[in-house]
Parts: sequence; structure tokens; C-alpha cells
Amino acid sequence: MSLLSVNNLGKAFKVYKSELHRVGRLIGLPIKPIEENWVLRHVNFDIEPGEAIGIIGQNGAGKSTLLKMITGTLSASEGNCVVNGRIAAILELGMGFNPELTGRQNVIHAAGLMGFSGEQIQQALPDIESFAEIGEYFYEPIRTYSSGMYLRVAFSVATAYRPEILIVDEALSVGDAYFQHKCFQRIREFQEQGTTLLIVSHDRSAIQGICDRAILLENGAVIKDGNPEETFDLYNAIIAEKENSTVDVKQLKDGRAQTSSGTGEARVTEIVLYNSKGEAAEFIGVGEQVKLCIKVKVRKDIENLVLGYGIKDRLGQVMYGTNTWHTDQSVKKPKAGEEYQFIITFPANLGVGSYSIQTALTNSDTHLTGNYEWRDLALVFNMINVEKTTFIGSLWSEPTITIEEITR
Amino acid sequence: MFIMFRALWQYRYFVLSSIKNEFTTRFARSSLGGLWVIFNPLAQVAIYALILSNVLAAKIPNIGNQYSFAIYLTAGILAWSLFSDIITRCLNLFIAQGNLLKKVMFPKVVLPTIVVGTSLLDNFMLFISILGIFALLGHAPTIQILWLPILTLATLALGISFGLILGVLNVFIRDIGQAVPIILQIAFWFTPIVYPLSIIPESYRYLLYFNPMYPIVKGYQDVLVYGTAPEFTQISIILAISMVLLGFGFFLFQRASEEMADVL
Repeated sequence: MSLLSVNNLGKAFKVYKSELHRVGRLIGLPIKPIEENWVLRHVNFDIEPGEAIGIIGQNGAGKSTLLKMITGTLSASEGNCVVNGRIAAILELGMGFNPELTGRQNVIHAAGLMGFSGEQIQQALPDIESFAEIGEYFYEPIRTYSSGMYLRVAFSVATAYRPEILIVDEALSVGDAYFQHKCFQRIREFQEQGTTLLIVSHDRSAIQGICDRAILLENGAVIKDGNPEETFDLYNAIIAEKENSTVDVKQLKDGRAQTSSGTGEARVTEIVLYNSKGEAAEFIGVGEQVKLCIKVKVRKDIENLVLGYGIKDRLGQVMYGTNTWHTDQSVKKPKAGEEYQFIITFPANLGVGSYSIQTALTNSDTHLTGNYEWRDLALVFNMINVEKTTFIGSLWSEPTITIEEITR
Repeated sequence: MFIMFRALWQYRYFVLSSIKNEFTTRFARSSLGGLWVIFNPLAQVAIYALILSNVLAAKIPNIGNQYSFAIYLTAGILAWSLFSDIITRCLNLFIAQGNLLKKVMFPKVVLPTIVVGTSLLDNFMLFISILGIFALLGHAPTIQILWLPILTLATLALGISFGLILGVLNVFIRDIGQAVPIILQIAFWFTPIVYPLSIIPESYRYLLYFNPMYPIVKGYQDVLVYGTAPEFTQISIILAISMVLLGFGFFLFQRASEEMADVL
């Protein structure tokens, strides 16, 4: 039995001729709404214990509505959502906190709102207090708190009891870096103990770092449910697509999906990575000097042409990326039919593993304004360690280690 | 219905701590604290007593006390303040807690329960202080005061059923929030609280039977002022009516619970 099963879930906000009609319907009169606005429809997915799932989508795609329906604060208009376990939602930290009460009183109040009994709350109080680490302030009214302390208390109580499903909305920007680490640590611990995470964020690295699956919502429907990297690629492509361009998803040999999108004024026609011997190579040694050649064909007269590229690891985290806008090398007023070759040389100071290269042809700094072509997984290569000292990680940073014995 | 009460039981700790918090935070940083709860109704009594005593005092049946008008007023206001307090609090309850209702999953029935608890607590404090004032004025309550819990229950049932219905409707039709305080004001003057029944012309008195608060207020006056038992049949009828209204209120509340979050 899965932990959470969402079956054909849909939500419509009903518009009535007047609010009197809505009330009439409540008391059982046969009145029909004049309009139904479906903000979410035909959503299906299942979640197993211990999974970490990112939910992504543009504003208004239906993410919050979906989360509220899973939490239970909004009712489904059709379909259902079966939950086997307790859900804790960090949708808004510090909901229902009263500024006049002390941190401790607010914690008791908030835990009560979560449905815990006095005894359970008393048991958890010492842990909550020590996790928040705000010292004596715990016994002061929270109107005297800094916003960071407020969030510390709020997060501590929200995660005081391990839920079966933890919903986290938007990036967890809880206070300072130290406390953020602590929060993530706690979330990971929960996950190891079998808690399923549902995370809503626009932060690619956060999602790819934690989640093993991502669901992309667009206009109230799930358009992709798969590994986070591919899902995020499609999401980026959709953002870019707003510039009336096309999105194309191609299945690569290794089963990964290559997403390309753009308005098509310029295209990458060829992309090759050469090793230090000048041979096109799929395997590169750590620290080897390599040459990346990207051929671009211009298909329409345009103002400006900028090539951007990024090297991503297996999980899709960008290791390094830049563009010719930053290097002040944009091609001015290229004409239709012209072809350019960009030759990029760099030392492959990467750790062992599989990497991919994404390319972007744009008219300026970002791919969001004039996006001619955006291509994920344009090229895949592998780093191997042939001659360097054995190391872990994705950055090769050769150390010099000296050991001296200290004699007193 | 059963599920609702079981959920309420599960949240009993939260309800109690909320009532406590609401009471303490309302007066946080005010030096008189909880005394403000009773000052408001008592000031009302003082104002009416000062202004109207000359006009109306003679009409109050003599209970052998020169302050009989003040005592009469106090009894009525004890009943009315509980009734109007509950309605006023319920009226904006769901709107004020809209954000919470949308973001946190908890049994919604907790909210009106907290209102009932808070209002009862306020009313109890007022009652205690009234007993003190009666003692100062040389008016001793009789054994009939034991009827008061039943009268309070009737007021409570009536108040919460109106409050629940109006509070739910106010979420959808916001005019109700504006209209109800006015209607309450009118109803206050259409109930013999600051004036005795005797000044209403005989031919219009039947109209009072349409005022559900009339028998209750009269009961309070019988018990606290005259030391007689309330007219039990009338109180029972009001109790029965409130139960029906309460049933409808809960029905509406339950039906609306799902839709409420959509429009908040």
C-alpha cells in the first residue's frame, strides 16, 4: 500500500450567479454554478515511503492547490487523495503564533493545533527548546524576537514530531546558514527513517540535491513525472517557450531525455569534445586539457548572438557555466546563413563520473528574453582517473600534502 | 456529527490552551488586565442607571431597595452580554482565521468551541463581580440563583446557534458582518433590559413572544432581582428552539466547511 495515492484529483473553483446561490446550494437547493474554473485536473501519482519528491511548475500551475488538497485544507472537486499517515506541512512557518505569548507558550499552542495532547507536548518541549537554540529568549514574548529567532522556533515545533509525509513549500530559507544546515539535517534524518518529502521549490539545486523524483505541473496537469534533472530541463524549456518557440524532447541512447527548445533563429549544428591529443573523445582523463567545439548556424538575421554553455554532473548540478556575453564576445548582427564555430578550451578539472554539456543560444545574458535555442544534454562525456591521486568529489584540486612531526 | 465531537475531544488540550491564551493575551501589557472584561458591561449599567433612573425607576416593581433599577439593569445585561458576545465573536471568526483554515488541517469545530469557552469565562467573571456589587448595594440573591446555570445554557445555545449560522453565512455574504451589529443593537432595545415590561402598551406585548431573548432575560431578572423561579415552560421552549437552530447551524457548518476554504 502506498503512502499517498492521488487518484484523478481535480479542483474547480465554482462561480455562482450570486453568493446567495452558493448558500442556497449549501442548504441543498438544486442550484448549478454558472462557471467552473478548473485549476487542477486529472492528477494521478503514488508516493512510497522514504521518497523525496520535488514539485515544480510556474506560478499558477496548481502547486499550492495540490499541496493544500494533500494536506486536507482544500476539498477535492473530483477524484480523491488517500493518505496513510500523518502529514506535516511547512507551508508557512509560524502560523497562528501570537506575538504576546512567549516562545514556549506559542510552541505549546502550535503543537496543540497539530493535534497533540498535553502529555505529548510536554514530552517534546525540551527537544524543541534545544533545537531552536535561542537560549533564554524561549521564555520571552516572541514580539521581542528577531525574524531569525522566530523562524527557528517555528521550524523546531513544525518538525518536532516525525510525520509520515513532510511538505515543504518554497526554499527553506530558515535563518542563518548554521540553522539551515540543521534544518536540512533534520529533514534528511526524517527521510532516512522513512518520511516522504514533498518539496515545492524553484531552486533547481535544492530539488536535485534532495529529491529522487520530480513532478512538473503546468496549467493544472502533471506533464512530467520522472527524474529531477529531466523534469527541470523540461521546466526550463517551458519557461523559455513563452517566447513562442518549440519544445522538443528526444530520447537518447542511454535512456535519458534531451530537451531542446527555442525560437530557432540560430541552431547548434555540431558539438564535439576533443581530448588533449585532438581526438573526439567520450572519456576524458582528470585534469586533461580539452577543447569543446560548437558549430552554430544562423537561420535568420538577428541583432546579437551569444553562446552559453554549462557542464553538469550526473544529478544535473551545474559544475561550471558561462557565456560569451560575460566574456564580451557576442557576435554582432549575424546574417541568415552564416556559420560560426566556437572553440572553448579548458582543463577538465572534474572528478570521476558522467557529465553532460548544455548549450544556449541567446541574444543576451539570460535565456529568458531572446532564446534562440536551448539544448540540454547536448553532449555526454565521462571523466576517468588514469594518473592522478585517488580522490572523491566532482572537483579535481590537486593538493600538496606535507607531514611534519612535531617534536617538543 | 459524531466524528466532529471525537475530533473535538482529541483537540481538547488545544481548546483549553487557546481559551487561556486568548484571555491572557487580550490583556497582556495592560495593568488592569482581566478587570477590563467586567468594566465594559458595568460602565453600560452605570450609564443607563444615571441617565434613565429618574425616568424609569418608578416603573420598576419595588423590591425594597433604593438601587432596584441598577439591580434590574445588571441582571438583564448579564444575559444580554453573553448572547451578543458569542454572536459578535462568531460573526468574524472564520474570516479572521481564514489563513489558518487554508493552511493548517485541524477540525474546524474547534474554533466556535473556543469562542464558547472564552465567552463563558468572561461571563462568569462578570457574574462574580455582579454578586459583589449586589452585596455592596445591599441586595442578597436567593436560592433561586441555582437556576442560573440552566438560563446560561439557554443563552449559550441560542447565541451559538445564531452565531454559527451567521458566521458561516458571513464568509460568503459579507454584508451580514455589517448588518448583524445593527440588528443586535435594535434587538437590545426591543428586549426589556433597560426598561420594565410595564411601559410597553398592553396591545403590543404579544410582539415580545417573537423575541427569543425575552424569556431568557426575564428569567435572569426573576432569578437575580425578584428571587423567584423563572417560568420554566418558556425557558424549555426556548431551549427546544435553540436545539433545532443549533442542529441547523451544525448542518450548515458541516456543509460549508468544505467550501469555506475556497472563498476565504
